[in-house]
Amino acid sequence: MQATDQREPYMELQEGSDSELWQSEVITSFYGNMADTAKTTHPQPAGRPEKGAEFGYVGIDAILEQMRRKAMKQGFELNIMVVGQSGLGKSTLINTLFKSKVSRRSVMPSDEERIPKTIEIKSVSHDIEEKGVRMKLTVIDTPGFGDQINNENCWQPIMKFINEQYEQYLQEEINISRKKRIPDSRVHCCIYFIPPTGHCLRPIDIEFMRHLSKVVNIVPVIAKADTLTLEERDFFKQKIREDLRVNEIEVYPQKEFDEDSEDRMINDKIREMIPFAVVGSDQEYQVNGKRLLGRKTRWGTVEVENTAHCEFAYLRDLLIRTHMQNLKDITSSIHYEVYRVRRLNENNTHPSDQPNGHSNGVPTHEVLSHEM
Amino acid sequence: MVLPEPGLRMEQNARSLTLSGHVGFDSLPDQLVNKSTNQGFCFNILCIGETGIGKSTLMDTLFNTNFENFESSHFEPQVKLRAQTYDLQESNVRLKLTVVNTVGFGDQMNKKESYQHIVDYIDTQFESFLQEELKIRRSLHNFHDSRIHACLYFIAPSGHSLKSLDLVTMKKLDSKVNIIPVIAKADTISKSELHKFKMKIMSELVSNGVQIYQFPIDDETVATINTTMNGHLPFAVVGSTEEVNVGNKMVKARQYPWGVVQVENESHCDFVKLREMLICINMEDLREQTHTRHYELYRRCKLEEMGFKDTNPECQPISLQETYEAKRKEFQADLQRQEEEMKQSFVQKVKEKEGELKESERQLQAKFDQLKRQHAEEKSVLEEKKRALEEEIFSFSNRRAAAELLNAQTLNLKKDKDRKNTGFL
Repeated sequence: MQATDQREPYMELQEGSDSELWQSEVITSFYGNMADTAKTTHPQPAGRPEKGAEFGYVGIDAILEQMRRKAMKQGFELNIMVVGQSGLGKSTLINTLFKSKVSRRSVMPSDEERIPKTIEIKSVSHDIEEKGVRMKLTVIDTPGFGDQINNENCWQPIMKFINEQYEQYLQEEINISRKKRIPDSRVHCCIYFIPPTGHCLRPIDIEFMRHLSKVVNIVPVIAKADTLTLEERDFFKQKIREDLRVNEIEVYPQKEFDEDSEDRMINDKIREMIPFAVVGSDQEYQVNGKRLLGRKTRWGTVEVENTAHCEFAYLRDLLIRTHMQNLKDITSSIHYEVYRVRRLNENNTHPSDQPNGHSNGVPTHEVLSHEM
Repeated sequence: MVLPEPGLRMEQNARSLTLSGHVGFDSLPDQLVNKSTNQGFCFNILCIGETGIGKSTLMDTLFNTNFENFESSHFEPQVKLRAQTYDLQESNVRLKLTVVNTVGFGDQMNKKESYQHIVDYIDTQFESFLQEELKIRRSLHNFHDSRIHACLYFIAPSGHSLKSLDLVTMKKLDSKVNIIPVIAKADTISKSELHKFKMKIMSELVSNGVQIYQFPIDDETVATINTTMNGHLPFAVVGSTEEVNVGNKMVKARQYPWGVVQVENESHCDFVKLREMLICINMEDLREQTHTRHYELYRRCKLEEMGFKDTNPECQPISLQETYEAKRKEFQADLQRQEEEMKQSFVQKVKEKEGELKESERQLQAKFDQLKRQHAEEKSVLEEKKRALEEEIFSFSNRRAAAELLNAQTLNLKKDKDRKNTGFL
């Protein structure tokens, strides 16, 4: 007697009892260029082609406009976490990045200003809008990190928080009746502040980044970079990159997630520059007849947005203007999936890893083999 | 300050802020669009209509290419579906278009089961997406989404009303797919008849509770045009891939002796409206409705059917994991029980067999004994006979010996006598 291999007791893929029920012919690479003429008219903002469109215009490219419209209507969500010892300028930097008082400090009452005894995780959300694009920005602060005398396992509460966000998303995703849009509280980016010692990474830095780079996108920055001269800065950066390489820490943008050669080229340039040496400021000063954000000292004014002075502009461009969507994509399609695989495997006796694709969330059952 | 849509979840402490300078995240929609352009888009259309009603021609006309379809026969025993996938490109947008045509719809004598295959096909596509979504290791962004985003239902231009087959099919499909009804071969209907026909169709759909796809009116940019178009449903279309010279321009048209029906002329037919609605304005919405409404409904029903629930009888939320665990335990207990049963029945059978074997062994033994006895008996009988025979032989030989002796004696006496007699002479 032989028992059948019961891997899917509940889900039977209905492939139709008749084998000739439908024939699927995939004709690939039918690169028909739709328009007879080389130029295609671009649709107006409402997505309609001009009247008297050229013969052969179909309008497939109008879908870009439709997507843009849908995205504008829905709005975006972004969750940034800042980690670093107190006094490194985290709140100021975030305020500078988003040109408004988004940090925790600006929200909480002043009598709470103390260094907490344990690491706390505090998140503050804001709705901001620019040119019709609405974004819900959540800044997650970690006061108390690295401030204790014994900082062993300081990364644990943070790791726990990040995993909790993944868990929340997962639970919502596996519900039977789920929301139309699952609220995304997953941490998309974690900015790690390295104090400007000028030497190399400290053990706490290495420990933290080693553990967290596996679950979240880490963007390391050198804080208060106006204490380093340009040579010291370059040396420090080199040393840091070396330390990261030696400890096999992959910070954002991770080499293994480059999609194609174009991506790789752009990201290689960025990888040459990390960690960015930043200076934050929310005060404006008059410099050469212009009002600029900066830090005024007796020996000069550090202009925050001047790339000759510090690399704040590069950080801003990376985080906001060019790679924001990419950060979110990597979080949702890679980090979250890793978490999900791990989590769903915990409930099975055997990890369901069959290569030909029947590893669904239903736990596998032991194959019965009776030799009668 | 624009108020956020209800879709965006609000934190208790979310504040609305104004920015004091240009931050730059207004490029976010562009980033999103760039990413999507790199990935390419995917769109699947299902065309349902009788054989010869013009489905393939309309597809060719809509996408301005020749999809290399061939005519199907009218003698199909049952409705089949043929799916073909094409990679199309316009400017920098790559589209993976799948066109699914019904083959033999409406040709059978008994059309009771016609819709079933279509429903099964749609369900299968949902199922494969669900399977992928529930996998432990999944790759959703690489997955070729084969769910039907739009269903064009071709209504025959009878001019009167919908056929019962149409009503039945559409009713079965309206909760599974976005239905866009079109009147095919509209060049056979005159303008006044067309208006009446459209009214009749819409009222029949409404009175039968068929929910066709309504173009969305919640976005201000397209609300006006969508509302207008909603009033023109179903679109009366004419398809043609042949070009005719009209007023020094080559246009797609059908040439008749009495005139030329121009496909892209809005006063001749609604083809341009259909193209605009289906592709230029609402393609994304069709995809979204498929994913968030039809697919979710399918998923919910399927999971509930399998016994998963969100809340247990005490109305506390159970996680899917708990249900999995419970089901798994149940299943394993079941397996255990079955194993036990099988073991027991095996043991039983062995016993029985043993018993049987013993029985037959005993029987054989008995037989053997009996034979042996018989054998012995016969042997003793034979021995008896042998002895008797020997005795007889012995007595016989004794008598013979005695007889011979007697004979010899008689002979001797005779000889003596003879001698005596001869002595006298």
